[in-house]
Amino acid sequence: MDFRFSEDEEAFRREVRQWLEQDIPQRWIELDPGIWEETEESWALAREFQRKLGRKGWLAPAYPSEYGGLELSHMKRLVLAEELAYSRSPISIEVEITVNWVGPSIMLFGTERQKKEYLTRIASGDIIFCLGYSEPNAGSDLASLQTRATEVGDEYVINGQKTWCSYGHLADYCWLAARTDPDASRHEDISIFVVPMKTPGITVRPLINILNRHSFNEVFFDDVHIPKENLVGQKNNGWYQLVIALDFERSSIGYAAGNQRIIEELVKYVKDTTRNGEALANDPLVKNELAQLVVENEVARMMAYRIAWMFSKGLHPSYESSMSMVFVSEVMRRTANAGMRILGHYGELDRDSKWSVMNARIMRMCLSSLSIGVGGGSNEIQRNIIAMRGLGLPRK
Amino acid sequence: MDLGLSEEQEMLRKSARDFLRRECPKQLVRQLDESEKGYSPELWRKMTDLGWMGLVFPEKYGGSGHSFLDLAILLEEMGYDLVPGPFFSTVVLGGLTILAAGNEEQKTEFLPKIARGEMILCFALTEPTASYDAASVKTRAIARDGEYVINGTKLFVLNANVADYILCVARTKETRDPEDGITVFLVGARSPGVRCTLLKTLARDKQCEVIFENATVSERSVVGRKDEGWPMVKDILQKAAVAKCAEMVGGAQASLDMAVNYAKERVQFGRPIGSFQAIQHYCANMAMDVSGSRFITYKAAWKVGEGLPSALDAAIAKAWVSEAYGRVALSAHQIFGAIGFTMDHDLHLYYRQAKAGEIIFGGADFHRAVVAHELGL
Repeated sequence: MDFRFSEDEEAFRREVRQWLEQDIPQRWIELDPGIWEETEESWALAREFQRKLGRKGWLAPAYPSEYGGLELSHMKRLVLAEELAYSRSPISIEVEITVNWVGPSIMLFGTERQKKEYLTRIASGDIIFCLGYSEPNAGSDLASLQTRATEVGDEYVINGQKTWCSYGHLADYCWLAARTDPDASRHEDISIFVVPMKTPGITVRPLINILNRHSFNEVFFDDVHIPKENLVGQKNNGWYQLVIALDFERSSIGYAAGNQRIIEELVKYVKDTTRNGEALANDPLVKNELAQLVVENEVARMMAYRIAWMFSKGLHPSYESSMSMVFVSEVMRRTANAGMRILGHYGELDRDSKWSVMNARIMRMCLSSLSIGVGGGSNEIQRNIIAMRGLGLPRK
Repeated sequence: MDLGLSEEQEMLRKSARDFLRRECPKQLVRQLDESEKGYSPELWRKMTDLGWMGLVFPEKYGGSGHSFLDLAILLEEMGYDLVPGPFFSTVVLGGLTILAAGNEEQKTEFLPKIARGEMILCFALTEPTASYDAASVKTRAIARDGEYVINGTKLFVLNANVADYILCVARTKETRDPEDGITVFLVGARSPGVRCTLLKTLARDKQCEVIFENATVSERSVVGRKDEGWPMVKDILQKAAVAKCAEMVGGAQASLDMAVNYAKERVQFGRPIGSFQAIQHYCANMAMDVSGSRFITYKAAWKVGEGLPSALDAAIAKAWVSEAYGRVALSAHQIFGAIGFTMDHDLHLYYRQAKAGEIIFGGADFHRAVVAHELGL
């Protein structure tokens, strides 16, 4: 065992950190959008930043060099993910979906033509996908989705409704799961398609999230015609492809580093703040609360490191990823709640007040952290995975 | 970064596991828990033959020079099978203290004997305040004619009832700084003026009251430096906390395994209870607790072994594992239901250990205070 990063990895961390210090746009730092808080202005800044990152090969660092990646080691990817999260870089869910779900799926199941067409542009930050998975009646039970893709001549014609499509109003493509064989059983008639969002017949309607921002959408497909070549992988093999792709999901790997930054800011706040003539840092309850956050965050970090380490050994984490995801999401919620307790009334203030503290990060996190632990497979679903895949408990 | 065990460590784990499943059945654990001594000389001998007593001592003291992490792996397996006896007191608290702070004469005298299974030690720090700080050390050792005369009461001293020597933490100087003036002595457990009474405890571990009444030791029995013993005590407490975490990880894993196996077999409403989501989620939470505990414990153990500053990591580990093992054992009880509430069932043996482990060397609140201190709070 060795818990150290290598010299080379540490040097890489310094390089990334230095680059980020210079290259995160000043305006982004001023806007300071948290998760689910992007606006059109911040989106444009983010896309520009992501293209820059793409030119460094750091947007899709795992990809083969022929598609614009660096084939970076898993440990360096962990380092990169940590630094991006800690620095609050303009990278969020849309990049995770595009780079870590869509790209690897295309690499595994796509045709040569699809690889050429999409992978390089994903790695360069030129295109963004939104996810067309959930439907009004298909959430945790994703396999019950109803959107249909019917083969007509050289085309598929899509009809149905998707929901919770993150940044669907800004994305270039939709990564769509639809039913392709009405007679097959529910896991055997799903197929995956690439659908350009500008295709006629697509209507995007905003869903305003709990932070009062437009991040999600309902997407309606009314006789949307796409060429057959937009099918990814085999027809009716989509459920399998989709499950494999969920295992690529490694977005939680940098979360603990992002959360560490919040904890550090809370520590600084209590050191700088006096209440009733006494430094807040001297309050034993406050100390206890902050120490517990540090403890939990360290556990979360170790769980994430295990995922990276398993990949580096050629192992394929499954329930371990679920553990990491569940754990860190709940630590983040507890961080927000502990922050609210420590800040008291000040924790309630939004950013526009002269009385705001920590740029209202805690109150924003208190809201945004509700989504972590729901999206991408709720924590209940993740716990089912841990119990059944990890511990071998029976389904029935 | 490498979060895997080496081939040698895997072998150590496997041989420990095979040995303990065979040689330390629950029947023996129960028998020893109920006994006065709390250990089996026969099992002790066999563990000695496997080289466990001297595992972390250098070869020149009769050991095999393994790392602290190796010891943690062994302790994890011992925790899994609830090995009763003074291994922890002798090797971790006694042996590692002498190894770290003893003089050459003490090392040569004590360590080979420990490695050969011929000596049992215990560590007497806590007093009626029951806390792990220097201010609580009221036991006095007064220098007189080239000797020290010790007076005071030590409480919650593990395995003093069978120890040959007691490492006694005493005050040799009163100053305004409670950490100044602490000295550690090696006191013969059966020497005049030392009286040991066994306490009846939840975990049926052998904690004792040890009263020193004009117990006299020579100057040669001072371990480390006179009046400056506290940093050494702190160091050993740190190691002990991490070592205890390792043992607790093993116990938590065993509780999880028992509960999962039961959930697969126990049928209610015509199906195994493990197919119910409520039970599955208990198990998932337990698995996360065990897994998280293991990695932070290994990290802390690795740091201790590498000689890196480990105060923060040790405190993080003990703060987490103290509560995690308790949660795991409690959930296991919930899954077993009524049958777990019997003396016949094995689960209570783990639950008791979880509670004792939570408290010893400082509980979660104590270690969170250390974490806060390390954060500059």
